[in-house]
Amino acid sequence: MTKHDLRGLTRRQLLSRSLSAGALAVVGTGFIAAPNAAWAIEVTVITPAQMATLLQMARDIYPHDQVPDQFYAVAVKGYDSEEQKAMVAEGVAALDAAAKAAGFDSYVAAGWEEDRVKLLQGMEMTPFFQTVRSGLVTGLYNQKEVWPIFGYQGESFSQGGYIERGFNDIDWL
Amino acid sequence: MATFDLNDDQVVVIIGTGAGGGVLANELAQKGVKVVALEAGGRYLPEDYINDEWESFGQLAWLDARTTSGSWRVAKDFGGLPAWIVKAVGGTTTHWAGASIRFQDHEWKALTNYGAVEGANLLDWPIDGAEMAPWYEKAETKLGVTRTGDRAGLPGNNNYLVFEKGAKALGYKEVHTGRMAINSADYDGRMACQQTGFCFQGCKWGAKWSAAYTDIPAGEATGNLEVRDRAHVARILHDDSGKVTGVEYFDKDGALQMQKARIVCVAGNSFESPRLLLNSASPMFPDGLANSSGMVGKNYMRHTTGSVYAIFDKPVRMWRGTTMAGIVQDEARHDPSRGFVGGYELETLALGLPFMAAFLNPGGWGRGFTTALDHYENMAGMWIVGEDMPQLQNGVTLSDTKDQFGLPVANVHFDDHPNDIAMRNHAYKQGIAMYEAVGATRAFPTPPYPSTHNLGTNRMSAEAKDGVVNKWGQTHDIANLFVSDGSQFTTGAAENPTLTIVALAIRQADHIAREMSAGNI
Repeated sequence: MTKHDLRGLTRRQLLSRSLSAGALAVVGTGFIAAPNAAWAIEVTVITPAQMATLLQMARDIYPHDQVPDQFYAVAVKGYDSEEQKAMVAEGVAALDAAAKAAGFDSYVAAGWEEDRVKLLQGMEMTPFFQTVRSGLVTGLYNQKEVWPIFGYQGESFSQGGYIERGFNDIDWL
Repeated sequence: MATFDLNDDQVVVIIGTGAGGGVLANELAQKGVKVVALEAGGRYLPEDYINDEWESFGQLAWLDARTTSGSWRVAKDFGGLPAWIVKAVGGTTTHWAGASIRFQDHEWKALTNYGAVEGANLLDWPIDGAEMAPWYEKAETKLGVTRTGDRAGLPGNNNYLVFEKGAKALGYKEVHTGRMAINSADYDGRMACQQTGFCFQGCKWGAKWSAAYTDIPAGEATGNLEVRDRAHVARILHDDSGKVTGVEYFDKDGALQMQKARIVCVAGNSFESPRLLLNSASPMFPDGLANSSGMVGKNYMRHTTGSVYAIFDKPVRMWRGTTMAGIVQDEARHDPSRGFVGGYELETLALGLPFMAAFLNPGGWGRGFTTALDHYENMAGMWIVGEDMPQLQNGVTLSDTKDQFGLPVANVHFDDHPNDIAMRNHAYKQGIAMYEAVGATRAFPTPPYPSTHNLGTNRMSAEAKDGVVNKWGQTHDIANLFVSDGSQFTTGAAENPTLTIVALAIRQADHIAREMSAGNI
């Protein structure tokens, strides 16, 4: 809702968009990538493990099974910055501590979404969670490349609107 | 295009250029009155509008600081954004959906017809339906309202067809594609609707009426209207006799200017108008201008709103075509047997995916939320707009927060009245029943968005002690100070307010010109 969010979108566009789908893995210093190496994100400020946690968190907050990881990666890429570093480190540490207390090695090591969601619910009121969640509202859903996955067509002015392209084409009523 | 000197003390200064100020400026200019209109926002025309929800929001929305308080959910979810209104030449007529319906006769006299309601500050308007009928007709002609005069209705889109079938299944009779200020055929030099969607982002075809590309240029063409954009008014000035004499404003370069005036008309919408009167306090008027009643900023109304979205097992594609594509009016009557006074309209509404994610259930997350969005393509939606109760404690006060010019911003306080809650719950139930009648598999009673209908904070009253302005929008306290926007509303009625704001502005222009000729102001 804020100008800050809108500027954040521009930053996120720094991430390469020529990526394909795939599960997520930490592959070494400075990078996380899909296991099939089809895409990767370089992190320069926060650690690859912290970025991997943010990605899992993004998927657990707004889970859409038909939306590939790369879009979530775009949405959280902006946290790899000097301004966000401390908040991320503190937030991820708190999440992992809660995971350990619940008997998991870490947040991402909890295999079931249900278990991870319980951990997130425990920190729902923290600024870290609220920042990540509210950032995703624009960071994830305002990516034009995501819209077709939901069937949303975006602008139609350039095609003359829907007056002759199905504004009233419903056929099942 | 006219330009007037800062020291010209014969001009009428109008603050704000939306449905109230923009129309008033043109109407006065057409009558030969010299007008300087000061607009805080910039100029955007159809070629500038952006059919992308967030980008357009960044372009057009009023994003200057505001603060909120009270128990309304907007204060929690959108604390810095109590209203979704526009900062631009043409004001919120850029953003509005176009619904243009008259008040029902009984709504002009809410106190008489509903009786006193505990906790509410109801009052009768000092005008009525008969008084307003000719002005409504002029407004409908100006706006080219469909289903009035000889203008045909718009065709219904997918979202409407679902809505209509559900409404008829429930036995509703007054169901149609609305009386809309959106051309169903070419009209007044503007083309017909192309069913493009994005009505809220400014109509790129110009098919929807907006003061930005109708009244404003028409007024400028007379040579009697100068519009200064990016002019942010700080204070209204007065002399020792208590008459207003001009306004101080920050120009587009941030420099403080003073424009002298014969008459000042305030039309900055229901937050900025009372804020300006309060920020203009002086030793003579320590509580703010025109505030001897203490009613400046009080009795804020925002309509009882809410939305119902529903998912079906097959595609609807509600975003295609006009955003507000139809209406059910059967519940707009006053019928206390439903458990509340006043009534409500149901109107179709569609949001794009980005705004649906932000507004469906603000703050919501997890699969309960995301499985709703997963079926975005199969969603239909409607909006509730009903009469809410004026309450003394709801309204605008000056905040401790300052804006970019160092001026205290508006704090907007709102608590629902029990009548508002009863009405909203009734409307949710009816809306869900409509969609279930067409086979909805899941429905969502969605909370109110940041307000778009902002009303009542400088209300009209017969007696000076009950309100801020008289039946002409002239302040009770200061003869040459007028209020020309929706903040004049005594009560909100169930109808979208723009048509009434426009009708009042046309009528006010007539009055001001007459009084100027008579030498009374």
